[in-house]
Amino acid sequence: MAEIATRDEQLGVRSEELFVNMGPQHPSTHGVLRVLTRLDGEKVLEAEADIGYLHRCFEKIAEKRKLFQVIPYTDRTDYLAAITNELVFVMAVEKLLEIEVPPRAQYIRFIMSELQRIASHLLWFGTFAMDLGATTAFLYAWRERERLLDIFEAVTGARMLYNYLRIGGVRNDVFDGFEATVEKYLRDFEKRLKEYHDLVTGNRIFEVRTQGVGVVTAEEAIAYGASGPVLRASGVKYDVRKADPYLVYDKYDFEVPTGQNGDCYDRYIVRMKEMEESVKLVRHGLADMPAGDVMGKVPRRIKLEGDTYARIESPRGEVACYLVGDGSDQAYRLSWRSPCFVHLQLLNIMARGGLVADLIASIGSIDIVMGEVDR
Amino acid sequence: MDFFSAMHSGLVSAGWPLWLANLVPPLVKALILLLFILLNCTFLIWMERKVAGHMQRRMGPMRLGPHGIIQTIADVVKLIAKEDVIPAGVDRWVFVLAPIVAFAPAFAVFMVIPFGPNLIAQDLNIALIFIAALTSFVVISFLMAGWSSNNKWSLLGAMRASAQLISYEVPLVISVASVALLAGSLSLQDIVRAQSQSFWYILVQPIGFLVFLTASLAELNRSPFDMSEAEQELVAGYNTEYSGMRWAIFYLTEYANLITFAAMASTLFFGGWSGPGLPPFVWFMIKVYFFIFLVMWIRWTLPRVRIDQLMDIGWKGLLPLSLVNLAFTGIYVLLR
Repeated sequence: MAEIATRDEQLGVRSEELFVNMGPQHPSTHGVLRVLTRLDGEKVLEAEADIGYLHRCFEKIAEKRKLFQVIPYTDRTDYLAAITNELVFVMAVEKLLEIEVPPRAQYIRFIMSELQRIASHLLWFGTFAMDLGATTAFLYAWRERERLLDIFEAVTGARMLYNYLRIGGVRNDVFDGFEATVEKYLRDFEKRLKEYHDLVTGNRIFEVRTQGVGVVTAEEAIAYGASGPVLRASGVKYDVRKADPYLVYDKYDFEVPTGQNGDCYDRYIVRMKEMEESVKLVRHGLADMPAGDVMGKVPRRIKLEGDTYARIESPRGEVACYLVGDGSDQAYRLSWRSPCFVHLQLLNIMARGGLVADLIASIGSIDIVMGEVDR
Repeated sequence: MDFFSAMHSGLVSAGWPLWLANLVPPLVKALILLLFILLNCTFLIWMERKVAGHMQRRMGPMRLGPHGIIQTIADVVKLIAKEDVIPAGVDRWVFVLAPIVAFAPAFAVFMVIPFGPNLIAQDLNIALIFIAALTSFVVISFLMAGWSSNNKWSLLGAMRASAQLISYEVPLVISVASVALLAGSLSLQDIVRAQSQSFWYILVQPIGFLVFLTASLAELNRSPFDMSEAEQELVAGYNTEYSGMRWAIFYLTEYANLITFAAMASTLFFGGWSGPGLPPFVWFMIKVYFFIFLVMWIRWTLPRVRIDQLMDIGWKGLLPLSLVNLAFTGIYVLLR
């Protein structure tokens, strides 16, 4: 690089840039991400993400299976927010078949996806803190997530990959005393959230490690098609739950937190605030949940005709599903939009010019799930 | 020290040649110190895991012995039994030597640490300089390990370590110098005696102590300054390629250095072995373990700082602070 050459000349030394393969086996690449990194000492000149290590042909498989058989596969794209992935797929099918979903099922979906958001953000909070070297916060977050997974297990029978949503509703109703259990959890969670802020947010080291690090401007974020907390941290107030309301989001008033600087710290704050909003939304949902059926009327013989596009706000951003039917009972084509795939393209912008430690912080702040990037 | 002179004269009267008799007592002392280090490190590794566990709402090791107390011994057995891997492409001699270069100075430092009024291997009159000199050896071993490993992460770790250790050496030594100024001696034994006759130096050296604590954390490569082995960034830093016993020796060195730091902190600022009631050795160990716990507490609470911020703290924060402290200590000593 010209920069290195001129510096060498001034100092009268000879130095080279260092090429480092970060991953796919590396403690902080959150799975099997490989980052091709060119370093000048500790400074990152370029960080290019190399993906595909977890590719499982999800979209192709979805063309070869019956529609209800696709739902478990959607779980495995973003395995940390499985409910929201199921949701976007069943929403696409329901839209195409014009199936009416009973209100109780709507509310269960609504509550579950907000709880899922909390669970996913909790895991992100832990791993992000760990990427910065604060190991204890990770296990604190794990503790709250564990109780949440217990609730999920009681409702769906599984802890991570639920296969719970059905075309036309949900598989089964929630257990007796669901409302009380969740409400108790939320009360404890609010206390714990304060604890996390005490442990991490005000910490001076945490602040200097994240503020001004991995900056993405609003223009860049929009140009790359970022969504979710990454976009909102850059100051763009855009949330699919508001922009294109689904389920019962239009009934409730909630805050869409945004940042100003688009750095790692803002992405952190945005997610922390989102958890608070999710708590409120779950409370609303619990209060208004009607009685009734959880499965709507679904025709026995399914004929998918035409195409449709459904989108939702997953914890990571805008997940969307484009579904084309050719008159058979299977999808002719299914295309998946995953926010992590988009955000990963921003990695170079975030990391360039920073240090190796900033690169790690940036990867962590994207909240990346490789299962979703590669699908 | 009567025991050792008795041993010496006994051996001479038993007809041993003088040079051999001269050699035996120091060797026995060295063995005792080695045993002390090994036992304490074994305990410390268990303690670290327990402290970390309980801070993180876990139990830590529980299976072997009551509360997992012999877990470390099992780990050591495993490490000894492991295959001795020297990866292809490493600089063989340097690779093999690096752990030894790390441990030898860490061990030698214990020679001058006063465990009690008479409990010291060698009361060196330049003990502080001796310690400062030997502890900076560690950087050479890091560089050796990082360079010889032929691994980019190791090299990055070694580079960080050398930059870090060299910059923190300076404020560390200056903060220690103010204590020497107060006591009027470089001998650790004299420093403790001076404190037991007056007061603990933490009372007049709070800033010096803070500088010492921070710089020591950096010297020890402990969080929040564990740059050189930053797991999340550099995989395992300079010792990425090490495994088995060689790796264990690096680990042992780390804990030996931790004991040295705690011993120095209690000796220089908290009156060393002096204290009411209990025997001196017990007082010493209580203080040492308090500081070890403090370091572990910090490690499991704070995030890691970045390498450039680390340099900032060292050169722009600690160094001026320690110099100001030294100046005020000088004035205090003059007026005293």
